[in-house]
Amino acid sequence: MVSRRRFWIAVGASALLFLVTLAVMPLIGSSDAELSRAWAGVSPDKEILFQVRLPRVLLAALAGGALALAGVVFQSLLRDALATPYTLGVQSGAALGAVIAICFGWSTIGGFPAVWISGFIGAALTITVVVGISSERRRMSSFTLLLTGVTINSICMAAILFLHYTAGFTQSFAIVRWLMGGIDSMDYGTLAMLGVGIGAGLVFAMLKSNELNLLAVGEDWAATRGVQLSSLMLTCYLLGSFLTASITSLTGPIGFIGLIVPHALRMVVGADHRLLVPTSFCVGGTFLMLCDTLARTALAPSEIPVGVMTAMIGGPFFIWLLRSNRRRLWV
Amino acid sequence: MTAVYELRDMRVRLGDAEILKGISLRFNEGEMTAIVGPNGAGKSTLMSVLSGVRENYRGSCLLRGREIRDWRKRELGRQLSFIPQNVNLEFPFTAEQVVFMGRVPHCDGLFEAPHDREVVYRAMETTDVRQFADRDFRALSGGERQRVIIAGALAQEPKILLLDEPTTYLDLKHQISTYVLLEKLAREGISVIAVTHDLNLAASYADRLVALSHGEVAADGSPEKVLTSELLSKVFEVDAEVRSSPSGRPWVSYQERPKAPMRENTASW
Repeated sequence: MVSRRRFWIAVGASALLFLVTLAVMPLIGSSDAELSRAWAGVSPDKEILFQVRLPRVLLAALAGGALALAGVVFQSLLRDALATPYTLGVQSGAALGAVIAICFGWSTIGGFPAVWISGFIGAALTITVVVGISSERRRMSSFTLLLTGVTINSICMAAILFLHYTAGFTQSFAIVRWLMGGIDSMDYGTLAMLGVGIGAGLVFAMLKSNELNLLAVGEDWAATRGVQLSSLMLTCYLLGSFLTASITSLTGPIGFIGLIVPHALRMVVGADHRLLVPTSFCVGGTFLMLCDTLARTALAPSEIPVGVMTAMIGGPFFIWLLRSNRRRLWV
Repeated sequence: MTAVYELRDMRVRLGDAEILKGISLRFNEGEMTAIVGPNGAGKSTLMSVLSGVRENYRGSCLLRGREIRDWRKRELGRQLSFIPQNVNLEFPFTAEQVVFMGRVPHCDGLFEAPHDREVVYRAMETTDVRQFADRDFRALSGGERQRVIIAGALAQEPKILLLDEPTTYLDLKHQISTYVLLEKLAREGISVIAVTHDLNLAASYADRLVALSHGEVAADGSPEKVLTSELLSKVFEVDAEVRSSPSGRPWVSYQERPKAPMRENTASW
């Protein structure tokens, strides 16, 4: 059981971590920029801090949080600790959309970068196809969901390879760079929209956290303990997918967070989703902010793809956690 | 006795196969019923209808006079608890968290009220698992897990308890203690319906046996009435001898039915 006290300690600590990182990371960078001068409106400090670094850190915070949250939701839905936000094909749909936009040289759609819009449409189409195939007479099975998702993944990846093969040199480079994932600065309007959507997803997952616990044990288990199973599974799939789709279309695929952050937190706060959902969001966001700051400063002025950083920092840390935890649990 | 369930000509098809071919049964309040039958007789399918998991049946399955598929899941979760055959956890839930899950259909908020906590502790004391409260469920032995699962079902405060082969993974001692507990719960007014392969345990503790065969009710009644060598031969295809146990219940011993001598199978190439 989870007492309110334990809940507030865990959520408070991870939220504090999140907010402190959010406040500090914009101050770190390859060029000198001082907060006091930026506050006073002095150029270029003001532009560097508020137009370049802060929006980028905010995007990293939202993206990391959303990916970790999507990981939690998919792992509960599929009862598989190895499920990732990308397991059910959303990412490859987004990638196909983005690659099409790159190959056809579209630059903007409706005022937004074409890669975002096309990526999001690709992801949304994948979601629709997967739901259409895997829900039969209002009943959804996690096995069919998994199989359909993985198949759609392969089809999209094949299409991407084909487009990549036919693409010219410049486009080919752009495709490879997109597939590595990366976080860029963007305008506050888009960030606000993204924040509202992801915040709503977080609140929804929080409200459903008792049901996520039941679903994580088993479908029959959940169905006989008050859960309207098919509607919960559908909303979980849509929630995880739209979180992944909105992030992936903006940043490209960023691996590792959705898999490792929930897993690491289960070792610290346990498997109960009432704790796991909010702490995963905060720690996922913190982790990506740190990784992105390192990615843009370590080899400055050039940048390391952030997906490389997440695995290179997170991997060893996770193995350390796994080993120290095993000693505590089993000896 | 008041009927809890009333099934009238209830049928289930899975693909081309008719798994249940017109089941008509009543289950009564405070009665302990064991459902027996060979593999493929339709026992688990019957349980999935009774638990409300399977909604695509034909005919009628009334729970307290209302078609079971028309119940809201939350209300259903306060009426009945279903214990699946094998609960395998992928995630590190503690024993206490597993038991608490039984409170979800009763809880209004995100967190348990003091009353919920009381119910959980009482349930854990009933099955003697308070000492495992903070242990990882996956690290418990088969018998300990089953007691945690039953505590979880009790925390649900159900009027009906459905169990699918509750003693498959238990040693002799825990098989018996599980049935003793189920019998006690039935005396307290809970309707217990358990699928089992163990005819002798069923005969020793259940008030009533229902034998299924090829999707139909082959026999229904007291253990004495149901467990006859004719029925065992017909339904289970074994040679059985039925005696009386020291407690006066039927006691079955069985052996493979002698086969008709097989013809020498000569390959014809």
